[in-house]
Amino acid sequence: MEHLHTFLQQVINGVSLGSIYALIALGYTMVYGIIKLINFAHGDIYMVGAYIGFFAITKLNMTFIPALVTAMVFCAVLGIIIERVAYKPLRNSTRIAALITAIGVSLFLEYTGMLIVTPQPRAFPDVIPQTKFNFFSGSVYITNQQAVIFIVAVVLMFLLQYIVYKTKIGKAMRAVSYDKDTALLMGVNVNTTISATFAIGSSLAAAAGILVGIYYTSISPLMGIVPGLKAFVAAVLGGIGSIPGAAVGGLLMGVIEAMVSGYWSSTLRDAVAFGILILILIIRPSGIFGSNVREKV
Amino acid sequence: MTLLKVNNLTKTFGGLTAINNFNLELHPGELVGLIGPNGAGKTTVFNILTGVYTPTEGSITFSDESIVGLKPFEITQRGIARTFQNIRLFSDLTVLDNVRIAYHPHVKYGLTSAVMRLPGFYAEEAELTEKAVNFLKIFNLDTKKDEIAKNMPYGEQRRLEIARALAAQPKLLLLDEPAAGMNPQETHSLMNMIKWIRQEFDLTILLIEHDMSLVMGACERIYVLEYGMTIAHGTPEEIRTNPKVIEAYLGEEVPHAYSR
Amino acid sequence: MQKFLNKQTVITSLILCALYLLVQISVVFDLLNPFYTLNIILIGINIILAVSLSLIIGFTGQLAIGHAGFMAVGAYTSSILTVKLGQPFPLAILAGSVAAAIIGFVIGLPTLRLKGDYLAIATLGFGEIIKVLLINFEYVGGASGFHGIPHITSWSWVFFLALFTVIFIKNFINSTHGRACISVREDEIAAETMGINTTKYKVMAFTIGAFFAGTAGALFAHYFYILQPNNFGFLRSVDYLVMVVFGGLGSISGSILAAIVLTIINAALQSVAELRMIFFSVLLIAIMIFRPQGLMGNKEFSLQFFNRLLRGGKQRDLAQGK
Repeated sequence: MEHLHTFLQQVINGVSLGSIYALIALGYTMVYGIIKLINFAHGDIYMVGAYIGFFAITKLNMTFIPALVTAMVFCAVLGIIIERVAYKPLRNSTRIAALITAIGVSLFLEYTGMLIVTPQPRAFPDVIPQTKFNFFSGSVYITNQQAVIFIVAVVLMFLLQYIVYKTKIGKAMRAVSYDKDTALLMGVNVNTTISATFAIGSSLAAAAGILVGIYYTSISPLMGIVPGLKAFVAAVLGGIGSIPGAAVGGLLMGVIEAMVSGYWSSTLRDAVAFGILILILIIRPSGIFGSNVREKV
Repeated sequence: MTLLKVNNLTKTFGGLTAINNFNLELHPGELVGLIGPNGAGKTTVFNILTGVYTPTEGSITFSDESIVGLKPFEITQRGIARTFQNIRLFSDLTVLDNVRIAYHPHVKYGLTSAVMRLPGFYAEEAELTEKAVNFLKIFNLDTKKDEIAKNMPYGEQRRLEIARALAAQPKLLLLDEPAAGMNPQETHSLMNMIKWIRQEFDLTILLIEHDMSLVMGACERIYVLEYGMTIAHGTPEEIRTNPKVIEAYLGEEVPHAYSR
Repeated sequence: MQKFLNKQTVITSLILCALYLLVQISVVFDLLNPFYTLNIILIGINIILAVSLSLIIGFTGQLAIGHAGFMAVGAYTSSILTVKLGQPFPLAILAGSVAAAIIGFVIGLPTLRLKGDYLAIATLGFGEIIKVLLINFEYVGGASGFHGIPHITSWSWVFFLALFTVIFIKNFINSTHGRACISVREDEIAAETMGINTTKYKVMAFTIGAFFAGTAGALFAHYFYILQPNNFGFLRSVDYLVMVVFGGLGSISGSILAAIVLTIINAALQSVAELRMIFFSVLLIAIMIFRPQGLMGNKEFSLQFFNRLLRGGKQRDLAQGK
């Protein structure tokens, strides 16, 4: 029975973690789907979101939801600016050029962050004081924070689905991701659509940042690197370019990581994430929901 | 003797059948055409023949050897070379370098020789370069040997691509729409060049083309493909008057625009 | 022999001899501030890393961004040989290089099937895996690092190994094997169709690049005498990526020049650490937007190049009817 309890606990922890990865992964997958760029800086936008939330709560005395919304809006704008300044000029360049630029943006955000807020980790304010909901007399529990993470993530993902499938901008996003040139010829404002994609993806990452602040109680300027990479693995696992894929991939990554941490070694869990990445890329690069796009010869 | 024999070739991509039960036979020295409306699968056939795609079903025998499952470079080394619909030159390299690459599989000096610059290296490099320059002379490109490939006029780029393919000393040459983008005079010169290289290099040629004057004027036999299936096969005369072919092209110039 | 004695080779050799002697004398007679000596050695090590990475990214077109991982393998392996197994330095350097090459080969085989972004992420992932494995490897100190490595890297070692690396890679590039790699960069499908075993050449370039990264790692370890796994992560790989891109993808001289310039800038900005990285990140973005071909594009330094530069180049050529 104890084994089952441990297992269930790991699953619960995994789902929380996975919800966060899913939120970040959605941004990666949407941007890749629309302009075929791996936005290296995405993990750092998540970090910025966490800090905006931090300052919104500590300096502006906001409560959880207003802080969340503020961070999401701020990062949406940041995402749009980054795209316009750094990625737009390279839309017709080689992939190497775009990737290198993304690396540059990522480093810029990290080190500017360190300059502004110092490299020291900060304690995230306790906006949602932890209470536990116990099961099986305490050997399995869910905290209210975990519940909030899961609920917020699900709500946002439903919102995203609505936007992508039921609104005009969503339709434009889908069109541009299938065929940018044709969408342009059909009168779609490609620039606005791409900006919108970045805005939405970045705001989701910001939400993830705040949720992480609440859950792990600590934020630092370099906090985006590892979760960013793991969320990227999640996006690839689910099939890069596929929105349900990012959600599923994120949850899987979270659960796998919780299992590895709980049953094997927590220091190796980062290596396992990369190991998964490499396995996917070698065995099935299109991921779970992705489709194989062949180069036309 | 048959140089190339393709039997019951089928290729599916997921749910789409791109090639369905395709058969083809080439004898040494022949100049054969492969035509059909856009999307019929002609380039797909080339891609399968050169190993870029593997067939879902069917057999391909070249010089009595099955080449199914071989990698493209292995197939090229066995004597099949090709050009591409959208020219695939090494654009940032010089004309000379583009041709020198073709000799790579035949180079004898190894890594150590190259790195340590043993005498054998210099001798072979010189020989290689001389062969390449002489080869370019045949195509009137030797004066431009140090030009960067992407800076050359379109017609010359096409010529270079053909020259490069020939430098690989193939027995079978696959030409994919070599006349694309050419005006009637250029196409006529191209046609003469194709006939001439067939003679000069002892080649067998399989040609994909849309320009009917070239196809009718140069090919001895023609295969017609539509939706991945062979709808006709015969001499230019037979193809020209074949109702199925005319229908497939739906009013395109099959009965009209050719000249011998 | 005639090939060796042309004007360019003679001039280059003289310059190199002078350079070597100049620094050697300064080192032997303690004429230099230790900070300068350190950076001169670092320039040499960085040249090896930049040129070896250039072979992979610039000449073969494979976007590999885990180069620091190979450097780490070389650093740690060579240190195990000197510190734990009491072996002589030359053997340790060789062992480090070979170990890195083997890892490069093993990683390269499955990974080089991937293209573009996927390849980049996979190599990044492998780089991080190597780092994590080293953190967990108690035999070499784990997270707290490998201490007590003998300080035996000298200017002579660095100079001659850097020279060897550059000559090796230059000769490789200017041969049919190098051209095969370049054709892979230009158009992989066309290269395959020309009879080139693209997988073989991609793996070859990768392995050679890893080999020399290992050499650099060995030199690094035996100069800085402490190794920490966290010092060999993605950030370090980015340093060399910036050098190759800044110098020009496909130019050996460019990589050398960039290694020199960027090491110097790095040293100059030591006191403002965060600003340094901000500067580099902006530099990276700016190069990609405004001058993606870097300093040298894919041209090399040569007498012709200098002549052109000094005489105002093309105008003159045109006027002379060239």
